[in-house]
Parts: sequence; C-alpha cells; structure tokens
Amino acid sequence: MKKKRFWLMLAASALLVAAGCGGGGGGQQQPQQQQDQQGAAGGAETGGESYTIAISQYVEHPSLDATREGILAALKDAGLEEGVNLTVDYNNAQADSTNNLSIAQKIAAADNDLVVAIATPSAMAVVEQVTDRPVVFAAVTDPVDAKLVDNLEKPGANVTGASDTNPEAIKMLMDFIAEHFPNVKTVGIVINEGEPNAVVMAKQAEEALATHGIEVIRAAVTNTSEVQQAAESLVGRADAIYITLDNVVVSAVDAIIEVANKNKIPFFSSDRDTVEKGAFATVGFKYYDHGYQAGQIVVDILKNGKNPGEIPVSFPDKLDFILNLKAAEAQGIEVTDAMKNAVKDPETNIIQ
Amino acid sequence: MAKALLGSLPGAIELGLIYALMALGVYITFRILNFPDLTVDGSFTTGAGIASVLIIGGTHPWLASVAAFFGGVAAGACTGLLHTKGKVNGLLSGILMMIALYSINMHIMGKPNLSLRGNETVFSDVSPLILMPIFVLAIKILLDLFLHTDLGLALRATGDNPQMIRSLGANTDMNKILGISLSNGLVALSGALIAQQSGFADISMGIGMIVIGLASVIIGEAIFGAGTVVRATLAVIFGSIIYRFVVALALQVRWFDASDLKLITALIVIIALVVPTLQRYVKQRKDAQARSQELLAASGSRKNSRGGGDG
Repeated sequence: MKKKRFWLMLAASALLVAAGCGGGGGGQQQPQQQQDQQGAAGGAETGGESYTIAISQYVEHPSLDATREGILAALKDAGLEEGVNLTVDYNNAQADSTNNLSIAQKIAAADNDLVVAIATPSAMAVVEQVTDRPVVFAAVTDPVDAKLVDNLEKPGANVTGASDTNPEAIKMLMDFIAEHFPNVKTVGIVINEGEPNAVVMAKQAEEALATHGIEVIRAAVTNTSEVQQAAESLVGRADAIYITLDNVVVSAVDAIIEVANKNKIPFFSSDRDTVEKGAFATVGFKYYDHGYQAGQIVVDILKNGKNPGEIPVSFPDKLDFILNLKAAEAQGIEVTDAMKNAVKDPETNIIQ
Repeated sequence: MAKALLGSLPGAIELGLIYALMALGVYITFRILNFPDLTVDGSFTTGAGIASVLIIGGTHPWLASVAAFFGGVAAGACTGLLHTKGKVNGLLSGILMMIALYSINMHIMGKPNLSLRGNETVFSDVSPLILMPIFVLAIKILLDLFLHTDLGLALRATGDNPQMIRSLGANTDMNKILGISLSNGLVALSGALIAQQSGFADISMGIGMIVIGLASVIIGEAIFGAGTVVRATLAVIFGSIIYRFVVALALQVRWFDASDLKLITALIVIIALVVPTLQRYVKQRKDAQARSQELLAASGSRKNSRGGGDG
C-alpha cells in the first residue's frame, strides 16, 4: 500500500511540475521563470502594456472557430498581437458540460484581464463564475433570455458582447421566399430542438411565414447522424427547406444539400458559410466578421478602458442577401432579376 | 502557475463533491447491482430540469431539490420495471430510458436551456465548499446505514448472487427496482445541485455522466481500495474529487492544444490506474525470483548434506 501511494505521489508531482513548467506564456519554448509568470506575456520589453485574455469556447465547430479567429484578428489589427503583447489562454470544453464548468472555474481563479466566451453554454458558465473582470461573449443568440445581461442597450454589469442573430434577418429571408417563390406553401425546418438558438430562430421564422400564409413543418434531430433521414422525411411534404444557426444541423449540412439537389427543393440557410457550401440563399453574415465585431468590443475595453456595462450588445448589422447561383441551378431554381436586385452588394454576395 | 493550480483546487473540490452524489448513484447500480445503468445520462438532466423549473416558479430550493430526487426515483423505477418485469437486458433498459428521458426532459424544461441567475438556490447563502462536504457526508452515512439493514443486505445479495437470495425467499425484482430507483434519485439530486451551482440547466448537461460516474467509481476503488461498503462509498467520493482535479490539472498543462483536453484527462487517468498494476507485476516477478533463488539454494544445500536431514 505504501509503495502504491509513493508511485502515485511521484506521478502526481511529476504532472504538477509539468504543469508548472509548461505555463506562464503562450509559447512552448519559454525559459522557465517561476517568478514573473503572473499574467505577463513572454518578453514585452518594448514599451506599452501587455494583456492576458482567457477564451472559453464550448465546442470545436467551424462557425465558432471562425468567430474566435475574427476576434483575434480584430485584436491584431488594433495592435494587440498574440506572443508580442497579448497572452491568450484558449480553452475548449469539447462539448462536455462538466469540462465547461471546470474551465469557467479555472478562468475565474486565474490571472487575466478579460474573458471571452464563445457560444451560449460557455458564456453562461463564465458569467456565473467571473464577476470582477470584463466578460465579452460572442456567438450567443439571446443574451437576455440566457440572463447574461439585463438589457441590450446598457448591460450595466461586467458583461457585454455580440449576439449572432438579428430577427430582421429572418423576416427579410421569409419575405423573400414568399415574394419570389409563390408556389411554396410549406417550409420544412431541420432543427435540433436541444439548442436554444435554433428554437428561437425557428419560432421567429414560423411567425414571419405565418403572415404570408405559409405553413412550417419541423424535422427534429438530436445529433448529426440523424440529419440525412430528417431531410429525406421532408421530401414530398415541404416545398422548401430552411435551417437555422443550429450547430448540429450545420455540421451535417452536406447531407441536406444532397437531398435538396436530388429532389430539386430550394434550400435556405441562416449563415453565409452554408450558402457557400451549397444552400441557395440567406440573409446573413460570415462568422469571421461576427467575431471581428466582438473583437472590436474587446479592444474598446482593453485599450480604451471603456466600461463593459456601457457598451451595448452588438448585432450583425451588415445584413444582406447572399445568393448562390450554382446552387440555384442544382436545385432547379430560376434566378430572376428581381431576386438579384434584392442583393445590395452583388459583387461579394452573389456567388457564381 | 502553482498559484493558478492552487486556485483551481477549491473549484475542483466543489464540483467533485456535487458529482460525488452522482458517482454514489452509479456505484449502487454498477457495483452492487452489477450492471452499468445508462439511465444516468437522462435522469441527471431530469433532476436539473425539475429543480430549475420549480425554483424559477418560486419554490424553495431545498424543496425543489427533494422533488428532483423523486423525479430521479421515478425514472429509475421505469428502468427497473423494464428490466425485471419486461425482462429486457439491464444495459438496454438503461439505454431505452435514456433515450426516452431526452424527450421527457424537453417537456419538463420547456426549452433547451434554463437560466437560474437571480433566483434563490441552496447555495445563495452558504458556499458550496461548506455545505457540500456536510451534505455528501450525511448522504454517505445514510447510504452506508441503509446498505447494512436487512433490505440493504438483500440488495447487495441480489447483485452478488440473485439465485441464492431468491431461494431464500427475497423478492429480487423489488430489490432491483429499489436499487435502480435509489441510484437514479441520487443522480437526479446531483443534477439539481449542479444546476444551482452553475446557474443554468441545459438539455445536454447529462450527456457523458455515466462515463464520469464509472470513472470516479473505478478510480476511487483503484486508489483507496473497496474492501468494505463503508470504505467503498468513501472511495467513490474521493474518486469523483480526484477526477475533477485531474481535469483541472489537464486544463493547466500548456504543452498541448486546447483540443487535447480529453486526451490528457484520459492519459492522466490511465497512468493512475496502470501504475498500481505495474507495481503488482514488478512485485510478483521479484517474489517469484526470490522464491526460485530460495529453492535453488535449498536444493543445493540438500545435495551437499548427507542423509535425510530435514531442510
């Protein structure tokens, strides 16, 4: 028993030493300096302050990763570069809700100047634990419903950020469908009812379509393996397919594109990346740009010293139609000039 | 860095203690009743959902947590009925209930994500670090006492040798249903407390619970030993805390990407479990070698001595 304990202690202390030596800066080849590790990036001898930010992301996912890259790009453009005067502590919960909580606690206990939370579950966990530092969230659909902020104009506390939906966008898209696709009487939505963002958006879509007398049917999925069958179940029952900003469904969107193309059903999405992959149209934005917007909020707080409570929650404001003409051909859609005229910026937003 | 590590220790203990209740539940089905009960993935969220809905509706948090416990008991009872009366394999009954509970939880919660911020919880006045050790200890003592009563002993016997205990007249079906219900009740209670500690309940928060529960049970047993029931329940609680601490440790290791978190967690647990095995192996070989030396020496001396002197 004693020997077993001894080896266990040895392994544990080896790990502690490893954790201790490996820390204290973004780089791996930093010389071991135990004293000056509190928040200082490696080697900022030139004048100017250096900052440490911690990022908590819920899961690896193209949209969330693009958001994170956008944030870091905004910081870089403002002069805060990782490795030079910025230390980034990036944590990913890998869709494990228990790890999500552990990460929030770790970030709260660590030494950092600002916390970035990407996606609603991460934001909720971080906001609960971090009360003395600015918190900026991104890729959160409904911050008020998630009780991250009390109101959108003047959050008031230490939390602010960028929301990734604009109900206007959904209304614009639904009006577009009603106007240019008169033979669409039913729209099918492939949705993961377990994601709050998807549920909120689907409800808004339903309401917007109801004003045009168009019915909505839902095909529910719980994980990516069910998406293909759900899409196939809509064939014959729906005249068009629509998906929201739904992590699970967006991850498996290729299956839906296949079904839409094979059965000549117009396919609408809620984000630009999916249109680039093969959906016909959306009113949307790139997640990279959304992250950039959030990054600008971070810069505002860090460099200009603004109080997060004074910064209003930002929404995607550059809303424009994005059309994919190749996808239109594959889905048997005749793209009229009227449709093309709806696009304000045809050069970037009409994909050939 | 050491400061950050020490800083994450209270958090790990806090989470570890709350998840320890779930681990105790898993211990009951996995070790005592001898099958891994996957209902846990669903009943964890059921507990969180029931407690959250009640707390948001204005119920006193302790009452809500007790209601969550009984929600878990109901879920466990369904699994038990499927297994004993429906004669469905234990593993499969758990899976079926887990799948069903996903939809049932959606109905309970009404939406995928419920925020508890601004509501009164059991942790509003008392820090989890003070409340949880007392609470978990109380539950552990109650569980130990129960497992030493006649009913508890019958439960343990049902898991060990159902034919024997049935021949002695005990109703194994009722025992199994009781065990599974109690187990899921504890898991649901744990879910309710986690929802109150973290400030929100999410439909997917139970996914992977069975794995964490099993890991806690096995780690605890490997490190602290499980000779008696009293020792085993203590080991399970420590196993849960250690697992949380391992995750906190893995979060601090900087040499790997953030995406390697689960890999590092698995590696640390593997090291913790394999080292004792290696230890035993090395010891056995040393003992065997020493024995063969002795035998050689004994046979050598017998050759040299004359007559039948007893060696």
